[in-house]
Order: sequence, then structure tokens, then C-alpha cells
Amino acid sequence: MAIVTSICLGILLLFWKEFKILLFDADYTKTLGFNTRFIDIVITFFIVLAIVLGLQTVGVVLMSAMLLAPAAAARQWTNKLSVMVFLAAIFGAFSGVFGTAISASQNNLSTGPVIVLVAAVFVIFSFIFSPGRGILFKQLRVRRNRRDLQLQKTLQFMHEIASTHEDTTHPHAIKILNNFQGFTKKTLKKLEERNWITLKGQNWSLTEQGFFEAENLYNQQLNNEHTAN
Amino acid sequence: MSTPQIEIQLIAAIVAIACAIPGVFLVLRKMALISDAISHSILPGVVVGFFITQDLNSPLLILLAALTGVITVVLVEAIQKTGLVKEDTAIGLVFPALFSIGVILIAKNANDVHLDVDAVLLGELAFAPFDRFLISGMDLGPKSLWVMGTILICTVILLFLFFKELKVSTFDAGLSSALGISPIIMHYGLMSISSVTVVGAFDAVGAILVVALMIAPAATAYLLTSDLKKMLLLSIVFGVSSAIGGYWMAHWLDASISGSMTTVLGLVFLAVYLFAPSKGLIAVLYRQKQQRTEVSLLTFLLHLNNHQEENERHINHLNEHINWQKVRSKTVLDLALKNNMIVIENDLVALTEKGKEFTDLALEYIITNKDENIEPMKDDFFLFRG
Repeated sequence: MAIVTSICLGILLLFWKEFKILLFDADYTKTLGFNTRFIDIVITFFIVLAIVLGLQTVGVVLMSAMLLAPAAAARQWTNKLSVMVFLAAIFGAFSGVFGTAISASQNNLSTGPVIVLVAAVFVIFSFIFSPGRGILFKQLRVRRNRRDLQLQKTLQFMHEIASTHEDTTHPHAIKILNNFQGFTKKTLKKLEERNWITLKGQNWSLTEQGFFEAENLYNQQLNNEHTAN
Repeated sequence: MSTPQIEIQLIAAIVAIACAIPGVFLVLRKMALISDAISHSILPGVVVGFFITQDLNSPLLILLAALTGVITVVLVEAIQKTGLVKEDTAIGLVFPALFSIGVILIAKNANDVHLDVDAVLLGELAFAPFDRFLISGMDLGPKSLWVMGTILICTVILLFLFFKELKVSTFDAGLSSALGISPIIMHYGLMSISSVTVVGAFDAVGAILVVALMIAPAATAYLLTSDLKKMLLLSIVFGVSSAIGGYWMAHWLDASISGSMTTVLGLVFLAVYLFAPSKGLIAVLYRQKQQRTEVSLLTFLLHLNNHQEENERHINHLNEHINWQKVRSKTVLDLALKNNMIVIENDLVALTEKGKEFTDLALEYIITNKDENIEPMKDDFFLFRG
């Protein structure tokens, strides 16, 4: 088995560039003059080889998990093929080792299913906690964006009120904001933290920076330049 | 034929029909793989049901197993919805995990009971008649006949009730939700039916044959028609005939019944794949050849139209000029002659009236970029096609 694995690795390294380009852009590969059918056959051949080898460890039904789970877990952590292959190998190896260890530690525990379940745990963990694509961080990002949007809406509303006055920094009562739902004491504090408004007792007033910000809220390009400065 | 033989064939036919109906929709929705996933992932449901009832024949087992099948679908959908992996990967991840849980449960707790993986995966049709359905000592026939019959009746009733809804949500999910028919409900309804059918059927015929009976007849019918009702009918016909044919093949070869049935299903599919009138491999190849010749003919006629000089229209010159092989130019010339598009005098080719008219029309269509109009035009002019 070690021999077959090392042959696989050798061929993977040898055809690395070809595999990569075929996977991501088959048409481009053809135009470059690679024999796509041949590369395809090589890839398929190694998948078949891997399955035949894996059958001994986990059996027919669970083979698909052995093939997919480490790769699916690795995919969540990186956008680079080489890193993904490396990570997948590590995940696969660890689920093999842990699974065997767990099944050996107890009576009557079949090895294959335990390996698959360990791999599944890896996948679930990756799905939830990976920084770039994970569900947890994605949710956090969505929350933050929503909060930002809420703040900007408040600011926009303040801007509308303030722009009716000649002096834009003229203080207004917080009460005016009451018919607009999207504010709380906390968001007002936040706005103050960002130097967009100043709070004095029951009054608020836009700062110059806040006014500028509100003016260009829907002008993405200007906004970006402003933050760049 | 003895009674068990008739009963086996009856069970096989009923299973085939019950599988073919959901199978058609699975194939049309491109979700064939999910039936395979369901057939494996119901194992933990069976095991848990067995722990609760301590009885392998209780209907609770079937219910729980079907529930696990639905859970599989829900999990696959949930994973797919996160957008982290694609559907096939999600299926490949979910069912081995559930199956592993089932295997571990069996290994830990039910080692001494007759409930192993073989029993779950490979039902045996030949033994189905021995499992009788008894009510107070009265023999009412094989149990799986009753189970599958009930499932089949439910499926057929649901099919008739929701045919329109199923149809619209299968072919156009957007339209169906606009019409107020939730595609999600239809989806889960279909999945539950498939799940129940798989569970009920695999007790009788085994998991592999269930998947084959669901997918193969539907895929075969799909190649033959583009009408949903016809497809349903055809797949039922294919399913039943392959099942019964497979039984007699097994009888004749003295081999496994499930294996023979699957083989027959595969052979029928292969035959249709090759010889189907419009979508079959041979028909497609033939049509491509025909079209190639027709396009050549069109080029050739346009060439004639463009050149009045004698040396350009000499038969041998054509070979060189349009760069065709001898055989090809001969086919094209023959076709043109047959259709009265050209006349040949002293080895000089000339367009006839009909040829001229055809060429002018074709030219006009090509210039105005209405290529689709050329096909019906060809029908008008061509008596013989390539």
C-alpha cells in the first residue's frame, strides 16, 4: 500500500500543473494543446486506485466519505490547490489514526465507521469554524454589516434633518428621531464614537465629518477615497 | 408455475411499479443519486426502531427508517444551502456518516441479533413468499406483497392528486412558486414518498435492486419520450418487464434474482441508449452525418452560384477547390443530382432552376442571419436527405 501511495504522490507531483489547469479551466487546457482526455483518464485512474485501496479499510458504502470528507474539510480553509491537497492528506491521515485508535479502545467498535465519523467531525468543524467560508464567521460578518447599515441609515436620517438648517451642526432634540425606528442609545453612542455626531444632553448635532460622511453615503467611490485618506 | 413463483413475480412487479413512479421524478429533477443515499442511510432508523420494539417485523421500523431517509434529504439540502460544497459532495458526506452511525449502533448493542449489514443491504426476493402475513391464523399471502401494495396504492393516489403540482414544480420551480404551489413542499413530499418506497421495497428486494428499479426504467423512458405521462407509463412497463424477465433469467441460469433483474434493467437501458429513435446514440450519429452532408451541399451550391467560369465548375476542379475528399464530393454530387439541384453536362456542373431558387433563398436567409429558417426550407426542397 505504501508503494502504491508513493507512486500516486510521484505522479501527482509530475502532472501537478496539468491536473491543476484541467480542473479549473478545461477549455483553456485544450487550447494550450494538452491532451485533456489523457489527463482525465490519469485522474480517473488514480481515483479508482484510491477507491480500490480504501475498500479494505472502510468498505464499499463508506468509501465515498473517505474520498470526499477530507477534501471537503480542506476546501474550507484555503483557496489554494496545493494547500488544499496537503490539508486533505493531513485530515485523511488524522481521521484514520484517530478512528483506529478510538475503535481499538473499545470492544465491538468497527473501525471503518468510526474513521468515517471522525472525518465527518472534521468536516463539521471546518464548516463552522473556518475563518473565510465558515458558517460562524459568515454569520458574524452578516451581523456586522447589518449593524453598519443601521448606523448609516440613522446618519442619513439625521442628515436629512440637519440639511434643512443653514448651520448643519445646529443641535436637534433626540425626540425628533422617534418616528424613525432604527436607533437606540447605543447606536447614538456608536455614532459619537465615530465622530459623526456630538451628543449634548437631549440634543444631538452633526459634526462636519458626519455631514460629509452622510452626504457621500451612497457615493461609494468617494467614500472609499475618503477612508483611504 | 407454482404458487411461490407467481407470488415472487407479483411482488417483483409491484415493487417495480412502486419504484418507477418516484424514480421518474427523481430522474427528471436530476436527483437520482439521492435514492442511493436514502437506501443506505436508513440503517440507523432501522436500528433505533429495533431497539424500541425488539421486533424486526414491526411497522415502526419502516416508519423510523423512512424518517431517517427524510432526515438525509434535509441534511443534504442544509449542507448544500450553506454554499460550502456542491450537492453531490453533500450527498457523499451525509449518507456514509448516517450509515456509520447505524453500523456502530449494531456493533455495540445488537451483536447477537440477526440484524447485520448484509441483512439490510441484500434482501432476498426468493425468500419473500415464506414471510407470510397472518391474521388470527389465516394466511393472507406474503407480507411484503401487502406492504408494497399499500405503498403502491398510496403512491398512485398521491400521484393522481398532485400530478399537476408535481409536474409544474419539477419542470419550472419558479413558475410553480409564482402559482402558489410551494416547490419545497413538493420536494419534501416526493422525498418522503421515495424514502418510504425505498424502505418498503428493500425489505423485499434489497437496496441495490431498489436503486436499480428506481433509476434504470425512468432513465430508459427518458430517452424515448419527452411527455411526462408517457414517461411514467413507459418506465412502469420497463420496470415490470425487466423484473419479470430478470426473474425468468435467474430461473434459467440458476442465479441470484436481484442480480439478474439488475442485469436485465442494464441491458434494456443499453439497448435503448443505442437504438432510441431520436435521442439514441446511433440516431444522433446518423443525424450528424446527414447534417454534415447537407451543409456541404449548401456550400457546394453556393459555390456554383458564385462562379460562372467553366474551369471553376468542372467536376474534378471541385475536388480541389472546396478541398473535399473524393467520397465526400461524390456523396454531395449524388445528393444534389437526386434532388434535381444540378445537371452535369460534359463534366460541367450547372444549377437547375430548382437549385437556383434554393440557393437564392438560402443565401437570403444566411445574409439576414435567420439560420433557423434554413431547416424548414430544406424540408421543402429535399426529397432525399443525406
